[in-house]
Amino acid sequence: MTHWIIAPVVLPAMLAPFIVLAARYHLRIQRTFSVVGVLALIAVAASLAWEVSDGDVILYQLSDWAAPFGIVLVGDRLSTLMVLLTAVLALFVLLYAIGSGWDGRGRHFHALFQFQLMGIMGAFLTGDLFNLFVFFEVLLIASYGLMIHGGGNDRLRAGVQYVLFNLIGSTLFLFALGSIYAETGTLNMADLAQRVAQVSPGETAGIRVAAVLLLLVFAIKAALVPLHFWLPSAYAEAPAPVAALFAIMTKVGAYAIIRVYTLIFPPDLEVTAGLHEVWLLPAALVSLALGMIGVLAARKLDRLIAFSIVGSMGMVMVAISLFTQQSIAASLYYMIHSTLAGAMLFLVADLVRTSRPDLVLAPRSPFAGTALTSALFFVGAIAMAGLPPLSGFLGKLLVLDAAFDTDAMGWIWTVVLLSSLVSILGFARAGSMVFWKSHGISPDPEAKPMPRPTALSYVAPGGLVALLIALTVFAGQVHGYAEDIAAQLFAPEPYVSTVLETPGKLSGPTKEDH
Amino acid sequence: MELLFASAIGVMTAGGLYLVLRQRTFPVFLGISLLTYAVNVFLFGSGRLTTGAPPILSDDASTYTDPLPQALVLTAIVISFGMTAVVVMIGLGAFLGSDDDHVDDQPETGAETPEGRT
Repeated sequence: MTHWIIAPVVLPAMLAPFIVLAARYHLRIQRTFSVVGVLALIAVAASLAWEVSDGDVILYQLSDWAAPFGIVLVGDRLSTLMVLLTAVLALFVLLYAIGSGWDGRGRHFHALFQFQLMGIMGAFLTGDLFNLFVFFEVLLIASYGLMIHGGGNDRLRAGVQYVLFNLIGSTLFLFALGSIYAETGTLNMADLAQRVAQVSPGETAGIRVAAVLLLLVFAIKAALVPLHFWLPSAYAEAPAPVAALFAIMTKVGAYAIIRVYTLIFPPDLEVTAGLHEVWLLPAALVSLALGMIGVLAARKLDRLIAFSIVGSMGMVMVAISLFTQQSIAASLYYMIHSTLAGAMLFLVADLVRTSRPDLVLAPRSPFAGTALTSALFFVGAIAMAGLPPLSGFLGKLLVLDAAFDTDAMGWIWTVVLLSSLVSILGFARAGSMVFWKSHGISPDPEAKPMPRPTALSYVAPGGLVALLIALTVFAGQVHGYAEDIAAQLFAPEPYVSTVLETPGKLSGPTKEDH
Repeated sequence: MELLFASAIGVMTAGGLYLVLRQRTFPVFLGISLLTYAVNVFLFGSGRLTTGAPPILSDDASTYTDPLPQALVLTAIVISFGMTAVVVMIGLGAFLGSDDDHVDDQPETGAETPEGRT
């Protein structure tokens, strides 16, 4: 049994208290440890992803307790890919936080950042539903702290909403877990996969309720309309690097939906029949439309980007809700893309904020570094709106292709294409207001000169652009791997047998009391 | 006992939901607390109700109660208690800072924001 799979959880969990306790007043030491930690995470995540890329499933039994009794961590293609994506994103976000000085505006940025990473990594790796709840709470607690990092009334007010919404979500999660446990007597995902399939047709009421409750919980995380209300304010008010890191948090919800609804409640299961087509798909289409309309209607740049996140999550969920192998592969490709593009746009918005008096979409006089910032915004907008030649276009094409001969094709194509048009308009309007029209306005001679962003803060969005370009150039390979992931998800027997049949304490000969 | 148990969960959930939908932070916090109490009791019930039975193996016991929900409830209590404390602190900070304890979004100030945020 390899121990490396627990490293993405343990490493940040050790680093964070160390940073709090030993390096509390030394920003430079905090930065060093944080960056080194994230680099190590990337190395571990990459080697884990490499190890499972041939279709293996790695299992880690904590304290060697066998699966249904002990907690397990499971690494398969999907979870290790998400871990790798998180680690890479974290590096760029961290570089930006250091470059822009955001991490110095409160004392515990790096510690909270590491705790946040611990929660996200754990949520991706766990093989137990209750443990998923615990890791959700870990990432949420850290995100509460990060969200109000730097203080300020607007931020605190948005923070209250954000925390309350997520507290209600957590309560709902517990209700779902309680009903699942009452119905099946287990919370291990692989064990659940077997037991839910055995529920007799006449007694499915409880498990149906649980399935819907779980979907609601994950939809809150994924900011699916009408459960998206927490997102725009929270993301717009959060510090930019934090908002960029939060770009992966909505994907935690999407990941949980993919995992639970392929493994425990697979699409052909009678208990949850109709859940995806009747509920998830319309909600996803509405999110997509509403998000992109929000892009057009927003009056500030940060809110515009927050709404584009809602829209892109709608896109991901449209692909997921079709629940075919092809559509899951498309959604995974689009998910990687939208994480990188969304994070990059938040960083660009902060570059604008550094040297411009505000983020209101109205002409102001030109600001320092307009040329480079506007070029980055242009690339980000193209990626997010899904125009060629970047990966957003390819991702959208894959989703449309996956929807091609389904019943809902008319709806999906109409909404996706129209919302793309609307988002192009929205981004074009924002770009021309913020960057283009500024050239016609002469600077106010009495205004205080605004600072110019440091060189390091350009590295992070620039690096994310490079990743987006790489995602476009290597689209064939990435999509091929996404198809492998989808194939593994739709054939869960190796996953289930690895988890349940690996010996540990309390298994083997003494199994009769099971 | 089942009737008492179920109605306790129901009443607490209903009260919690009503309070959560209020506009000001204090009733919302109370509502969240009520909801978490309800869910704790609910989780406890998910292992079936048994009276006077031990949760761990012993020689002179004929029946057992399910120990797992008790562990789950313990985790849930700790987490919800911590979360409520955090939200109270954040809410208090927001109230003291802006002298307003509404939970809902205030209208966007639009074009006339005085100075950017720090």
